[in-house]
Amino acid sequence: MEPIITASNVNVFYGEKQALHDVSIAIEPRAITAFIGPSGCGKSTFLRCLNRMNDLIPGCRMEGKVTIHGQDIYAPAQDVVLLRARVGMVFQKPNPFPKSIYDNVAYGPRIHRLCEDKTALDARVELALRRAALWDDVKDRLGMPGTSLSGGQQQRLCIARAIAVDPEIILMDEPCSALDPIATAKIEALMDELKEQFTLIIVTHSMQQAQRVSTRAAFFHLGRLVEVGGTKELFNAPTLPQTRDYITGRYG
Amino acid sequence: MSNVMRNTPALIQASLRRRHRAERRFRAYGMLAIGFALVMLGYLLWSIAAPGISGFFRHELTLEVEAESVGADIDTQYQSMVTAVRTLAGNPASAVERRQLLALIGSFAAFDLRDQTAGKTGKVLVSLPLSDLADQTLKGRIDRNLPAHLRPISNQQLAWLDGWQKDGRIVYRLNRDFFTKGDSRAPEAAGFLGSIIGSLWLLLVALVVALPVAILAAIYLECFAPKNRLTLALEVAINNLAAVPSILYGLLGLALFLHWFGLPRSSALVGGLTLAMLILPVLIIATRAALAAVPSSMREAAYGLGASPLQAVFQHTVPYALPGIMTGIILGIARAIGETAPLLMIGMVAFVADIPRSPFDAATAMPVQIFLWASSPETGFIEKTSTGILVLLLILILMNALAIRLRQRYELRWG
Repeated sequence: MEPIITASNVNVFYGEKQALHDVSIAIEPRAITAFIGPSGCGKSTFLRCLNRMNDLIPGCRMEGKVTIHGQDIYAPAQDVVLLRARVGMVFQKPNPFPKSIYDNVAYGPRIHRLCEDKTALDARVELALRRAALWDDVKDRLGMPGTSLSGGQQQRLCIARAIAVDPEIILMDEPCSALDPIATAKIEALMDELKEQFTLIIVTHSMQQAQRVSTRAAFFHLGRLVEVGGTKELFNAPTLPQTRDYITGRYG
Repeated sequence: MSNVMRNTPALIQASLRRRHRAERRFRAYGMLAIGFALVMLGYLLWSIAAPGISGFFRHELTLEVEAESVGADIDTQYQSMVTAVRTLAGNPASAVERRQLLALIGSFAAFDLRDQTAGKTGKVLVSLPLSDLADQTLKGRIDRNLPAHLRPISNQQLAWLDGWQKDGRIVYRLNRDFFTKGDSRAPEAAGFLGSIIGSLWLLLVALVVALPVAILAAIYLECFAPKNRLTLALEVAINNLAAVPSILYGLLGLALFLHWFGLPRSSALVGGLTLAMLILPVLIIATRAALAAVPSSMREAAYGLGASPLQAVFQHTVPYALPGIMTGIILGIARAIGETAPLLMIGMVAFVADIPRSPFDAATAMPVQIFLWASSPETGFIEKTSTGILVLLLILILMNALAIRLRQRYELRWG
């Protein structure tokens, strides 16, 4: 399959410190790719290269090339706003805006002027909430603040908020690490459905989660991409000793 | 386990007693400190309220006067007042007694007479303010037991006052002049409204100038400015400016607005501009703190959805910081209301009897009015000093209460 994202020889520096060394990877469309590895291995940093969130960090510098559909997203002509509309993001801690549930989901469509009128916006909000498996929970209280929901619901609201912009790719940075096992199971089930329409990339600390949800997995260690492959193959027959040590729990 | 580890529970027990004692001691110190502060606060409030509350009231003399025809000038009104008071006192013959009699009536009582008889004819019952001397005597602030030559009020004057009081002619009522007039040479006629309005003009000018500058500067510094040496130096400078003694701002205002720009002296315009410079750093610091308190995850969420930096800041960071910003503004206003020193430097310490109608009129401010009264010798002004402080304190407490209310009402909880 033609990869949707191709990164070649990516180096990232925070000031003097090099956080990523020569990372090259191709990511398949309509699949879930999991980035795994111990804390500080650079997996989140690499994830944030894919929608240029690292641009916001002072002193952060990036070398190499990242293309989406063959288009260099670090090219001077690339509009960051457009990029982030196409590559949505869900964060580690649920971060709904302190606005109503409706306004949270409607925010993206509003700033990008995606809807002609209120009816279209309502329909889009409903669709996004349905796709995020949250509609039935909140359809009677769309005016309530998003922050009044439970942690798992808040995270699904954040996913709905990202979906409402209709991105091609959704980046998830440890989306379940602040949630309990039940909420985590719901989010994982949701990811499984979402991969039919979106390309998902998740960063996770949990190897069980990576095995449960992902089709492909990439193992990062000390700022390098050590091994990448199908999740089953990587976990059952890792080719490198480092990967084997990590997935069998010897360190990390 | 080796010998090194023996007796651990016993050792913990021993140290525990010491730790608990230390904790109890610390709590006792804390309660002592708070108790001391409360006693001092209570004493402060009592020492202001005790002499000050009576300043809201004054004694007035009721008597019947033949109303003058409409439009009579103030001298005619004065003559008819003098005649009525003399008649009441049994027409004293000697010049000394006549002078002493009039010294019991307020200096500007003729104006009250005119106002109360306006449009009326025949006998009219009027209520005239007593003089500061009579008022303070009746409020018990002049010791009647002193020998006559040591007290400011004579035996004859005391006899008149006691006689009027026995006849029920003296009433103790709210001093309306205090809330409706400007300053006066006579304590019984001096009002606080002029300085309240003056303070409002000052605030209006100060806020119109300082607010937009401070808020925009804070938003730029906090949300957009690159973090480099220049912005760091600016930050240090702003923090230092907030700590500069306020009288220096007065000097700056004097040099800049009066000498260089030639703006009208003693006006609320100049005072307001000076206060604007004074509260600018305070407002910037408060606004920046409020903006910094908004979690960066809000901005990240907005960026993640494709918001531009301007949208992320003005649709998220600023609105979520608004309760904190408003609290900061109110505390800045409270600071400006209480400032005296810089206003003295720019000539707002003048005697101003008129209520200022625009920022260009000569004006005085509440704390300056209190300062002026405090430096006057009359007993009545000593009382007015405390009364003015009470009003100022009340306004400050109300503003702080409003700030707390806003903070609680609109505070956003994160996570």
